[in-house]
Amino acid sequence: MTDLVTAPKSNWVSRLAHPGNFMAWSRPVLWPLGLLTALVFAVGLWFAFFNSPADYQMGDTVRIMYIHVPNAWLSQFVYGVMVVAALGTLVWRHPLADVAAKSAAPLGAAFTALALYSGALWGRPTWGTFWEWDGRMTSTLVLFFIYLGIVALWRAFDDQLRAARIVAVVTLVGALDIPIIKFSVDWWNTLHQPDSILTPTGPKMPLSILTPLFVMMLAFTLLFLLLHLVSMRTEILARRAESLGRQAAAKAGSTAGAA
Amino acid sequence: MTGPHPLLTVENLALSRGGRQLFAGLGFSLSPGQLLALRGPNGAGKSSLLLALAGILRPAAGRLDWHAEEPPKLHLLAHQPGVKARLTLAENLDFWRAVNGPTGLAASAALERVGLGALGGLDAGYLSAGQTRRLALARLLVTDRRLWLLDEPLSALDAAGDALVAGLIADRLATGGAIVAATHDDLPGATRTLTLGPPA
Amino acid sequence: MSAFAALLVRDLRLAGRGGADALTLVLFFVMVGAVTPFAVGPDRVLLARLAPGIVWIAAFLSLLLGLDRLFRADEDDGTLLLLRQAALPLEAVVFAKLLAHWLLTALPLLVASPLLAILLSMDMDVWARTALALLLGTPALAAFGAVGAAVTVGLRRGGLLGPVLMLPLSVPVLIFGAGAIAPGSGDAALLFLAALSLVSVAFCPFAAALALRVGSE
Repeated sequence: MTDLVTAPKSNWVSRLAHPGNFMAWSRPVLWPLGLLTALVFAVGLWFAFFNSPADYQMGDTVRIMYIHVPNAWLSQFVYGVMVVAALGTLVWRHPLADVAAKSAAPLGAAFTALALYSGALWGRPTWGTFWEWDGRMTSTLVLFFIYLGIVALWRAFDDQLRAARIVAVVTLVGALDIPIIKFSVDWWNTLHQPDSILTPTGPKMPLSILTPLFVMMLAFTLLFLLLHLVSMRTEILARRAESLGRQAAAKAGSTAGAA
Repeated sequence: MTGPHPLLTVENLALSRGGRQLFAGLGFSLSPGQLLALRGPNGAGKSSLLLALAGILRPAAGRLDWHAEEPPKLHLLAHQPGVKARLTLAENLDFWRAVNGPTGLAASAALERVGLGALGGLDAGYLSAGQTRRLALARLLVTDRRLWLLDEPLSALDAAGDALVAGLIADRLATGGAIVAATHDDLPGATRTLTLGPPA
Repeated sequence: MSAFAALLVRDLRLAGRGGADALTLVLFFVMVGAVTPFAVGPDRVLLARLAPGIVWIAAFLSLLLGLDRLFRADEDDGTLLLLRQAALPLEAVVFAKLLAHWLLTALPLLVASPLLAILLSMDMDVWARTALALLLGTPALAAFGAVGAAVTVGLRRGGLLGPVLMLPLSVPVLIFGAGAIAPGSGDAALLFLAALSLVSVAFCPFAAALALRVGSE
C-alpha cells in the first residue's frame, strides 16, 4: 500500500492511505464473519422450514416471508448505509466512504430486486398475480430504480473521485425524496385502488413466527456486511491495479527512447 | 516532374472552407522516396490540403491524379489520434490492423518500434499525450501503405519522440513510400517544401 | 479477423468495459413503462389494454434518445475520420456500427420486456406478440436512427435534433408495431414491420454514409 502513497500527481492515490489500514484489518475479519453468517443462516432456515407454523390461510407459502421481509429490510438499510457514506464523502471527504458508497449500491439494488422477486413469488399464490400496484411494492420498485440509476451514474464516470462527490449529492437528494415518494405513492394508491390489500406483515404475530423472522433478518444483515466488506476490498484492489497501470505508463514514458 | 513514376500529381488545386478560399492554382507531384513538407502560418490550409489529399474534403477546383492506384491507399495522421480508452494498446492496434488490412507489422512489433513495447496489455486511456501520439504512429506501421499524410507529426513529442518520427519517416521513404507532412518544425529528410501563403 | 468483425467486436467490447450506456437505456425503457400507471391509474384491466402501446412508446423513446451515441464517440476521438481510409467502404462501417448498436440497445430492451409485461399485467400471448413485433421492428428504428445520428454528428449541440428529425420518419414502425397485437390484421402488420426493417436496414447505411461524407466536407 505504501508504495502507492508516494505516487505523484494522483489525487486519490495518496488518499488511499486510510484504505490501506482498512485492507489490513478487514482481511482477518472475513473468514469469521463468513462462518458466523453461515451459522445464523443455518439456524434461521431451520426455524423457517421446520420450526414455525404454516399460516391457516396461506399455508406453507407464508415461509416466503422469511426471505422476503429481510430483503425488504435490507433494501432500506443499504440505502441508509449509502447515505452515511455520502455524508462521509461530502463532509469528511474520507476516501473509504467513497469506496463504501460505491460497493453498497449494487448490493442494495440486488437486495431490492430480491425483495421484489420474492414479493412477486409470494403474490402469485396469495393475490393471484405476480405484481400488484400496492403502495409498499410500488415504492420499493421506485427505490429499485433509484439504486440502478446510482449504479449507472457510478459507471458513467472515469474519474472515480469526482464521481464520489456527485453520486453523494444524488444519494442525499434521493434520501430526502424517498419519504415524499412513499407518501405520494400511498396517496395515489388509495385514490385509485379502494379494494383491500393484504399486508405481508400483520401487526400481531406470534413469537413462533417472529423468532425465525428476526434470525433471518440478522442473517441477511450479516450477509450484507460480509458482501460489502469483500466488495469494498475488491474495489480498493481494482483502484490499486488502475493506479499501477497509470504508474507503468508514466514510467515507460520517461524511459522510452527512440529507435 | 521529378520522378519517372510519380505517385500523385496535383494540378491547379483550389480549396475553400466556410466560403473562404484557402488557396488556388496549387500544383505539385510526389514520387516515391520524397517527403513534401507543407509550411505556412496557421489558417493557411495545411491541414485542409491533407484532408483533400485523403479524399475527405472536396476540392473547389483542380485535379488529383493518383496514376496507378485508385482509390488511393494512404495513412492519415490527424490531430486526433483515434485511440480508444478502455481498449488495451494491443487491442487498439489489432483493431486498426484488421480494419485497414494486416499488411504491416504485428501489433507487438509495432509497439516495440515506437517505444511502447512493454505496455501492450495496458488500457490506452492511461497514456500521456506523447504516448498516445506514439500509439497513433504505431497505427501507420501495422498496415503497409505507401503514402503517409502527417499533420504536425512532432506535436506532443519529446526529443526522443522527434528522433522516433525521423526514423519512421526515413524508413518509409527508403522502402519506396512518400510522405506529405504539415509542420511548423524542420523535418529531417524533407526533400521539398511547399509554403502556403497567408490566408487571402 | 475481418474488418467488419473487428468493428463489431470493438464496439461490443467497448460497451462491455465500463460505460453504462446500455444499462441506462434499459433502465429508461423500463421506467417509462413503469411510470405510466402513475399517470393513468393502477386499474389492471385498463393497464392490460394499454400495455402493448406503452411498451412500444417506451422502446421507441429509448431507442431514439440513445441514437446520438452511435457515432459520437468515434467522431470525438478522430476514429471516424480515420475509418475513411479503412479497407472496407464507409457504408460497411456504418452497417457494422448499426448492427453493434442494435445488439447493444434493442436486444436488451427485448430481454427486459417481460418485466414490463408483469408490471403492466399483460398476459403471455400479448407479451409474446409484442416481443416479436419489437424484434421485427427495432432494426428499422435503429436504421432510421443511424441516419439521424449521421446527420447530426457534426453538430456540437445536435443531441436532441436527431430524435426530432427521425421521430416522424419512424411513425410507421410504431403504427405497425402496435398494430401487430390486433386480432385480425396483426399478422399483416408483422409482415409490414419485417419488410420495413429489411428495406430500411438495406437502404439507411448508404444514406448515413452519404451524410457522414457530406458532413465532413
